[in-house]
Amino acid sequence: MTDPIRELTAQLASDPQSLVFLELGEALRNRGQPAAAYKVARMGVNRYPELAASHDLLARVLADQGDRHAAAEAWRRVLELSPGHLGANKGLAFLAFRAGDPGGALPFLESALGAAPGDEGLAIAVQRVRTALDSAATRAAAAATVTPATGILRGAEGFEPFEEARGVVLLDAQGLRLAGTLEAPDGSDVSDALAAHLQGVSREASRTARLLDLGAWESVTAESVDGHLLVLPPTQSTVLVLLRDARVPVGRLALIAEQAARAARSWLERLA
Amino acid sequence: MKNLGEALERVTRVAGIRGAMLVAESDGLVVAEALADGLDGAAVAALAASLTLRLRRTATSAGLAVPLVVQLRAERGIVLTVPAGDDLLLVAVAERDANLGLARLELRQAAAQLGS
Repeated sequence: MTDPIRELTAQLASDPQSLVFLELGEALRNRGQPAAAYKVARMGVNRYPELAASHDLLARVLADQGDRHAAAEAWRRVLELSPGHLGANKGLAFLAFRAGDPGGALPFLESALGAAPGDEGLAIAVQRVRTALDSAATRAAAAATVTPATGILRGAEGFEPFEEARGVVLLDAQGLRLAGTLEAPDGSDVSDALAAHLQGVSREASRTARLLDLGAWESVTAESVDGHLLVLPPTQSTVLVLLRDARVPVGRLALIAEQAARAARSWLERLA
Repeated sequence: MKNLGEALERVTRVAGIRGAMLVAESDGLVVAEALADGLDGAAVAALAASLTLRLRRTATSAGLAVPLVVQLRAERGIVLTVPAGDDLLLVAVAERDANLGLARLELRQAAAQLGS
């Protein structure tokens, strides 16, 4: 437990009625402690059932844990309590994207943009979804073509790009998927299968670099005849994975990965 | 083992390569090595084999074929591995500014030489 978390925990213990649980829950999320974050969020909802922020926190924790149904329910409750709530609209849009339903995401994105008209990332996302929905052919082509450069440019714009970029996935320290999708050469979704292995890769890479006195690890690449896999840590608590067709040269893949890492950091900062 | 010595030498001739070695992939033990001072061959062998095995599992879980090259890039160096026949890995440790394109080429050719 870090000092800030200990401090927040102590504050909550000394004043159980305070709203410090909101900050504590977020801190635990950011530290990759979903079980503890869930307890805090659930306690907050029980204590403040009419407070939108408490349901918003719970929804974020549930989304972290992959419980989309419960997360959506919590965010819908937020909107009942606080119509137009920015976080809830973004969250529901996020869930719709993840479910492969950009049409379902659009109204939430539009509501979010209404609440934050100056948010350039949201404006781009709304425009992109509208365009995609207007042109089924364009959308199909975009989905079928894993264009690395497009993926990273999208990634720099907001959270939604990772939902569309099929060749990149961001995982938390526990190997849980935060965003993105990876497809095998045969088109099947291998995001979760890879996630299960990548915590070990990250640990192994870190250990190898440290014990060989090479400093911090920056990336690991596996090149096969049918595709290249690149793993790198955009932050200390996340791992970014890119999967590309073998026709993408490895040097170019490294450049794509660097840009994707920057986009991931930006995306994580927006979420925080 | 003339071929073995030649194979390692063609890799270590590349500018920026600090050493090359042949490693038994399953147990991470050194079969042969040509390393610069300061590199712990046993450690390189064990760690490179373990990392490669982990990447192989990961790649195959993603529906990819067995990796032909695995590369770890770190702050102060790079580790490259390529399969070199049954249960063998050819491993190179490189400086950050090494000619990686040439190193990879030589590694693969050396691996092919060893595997033939």
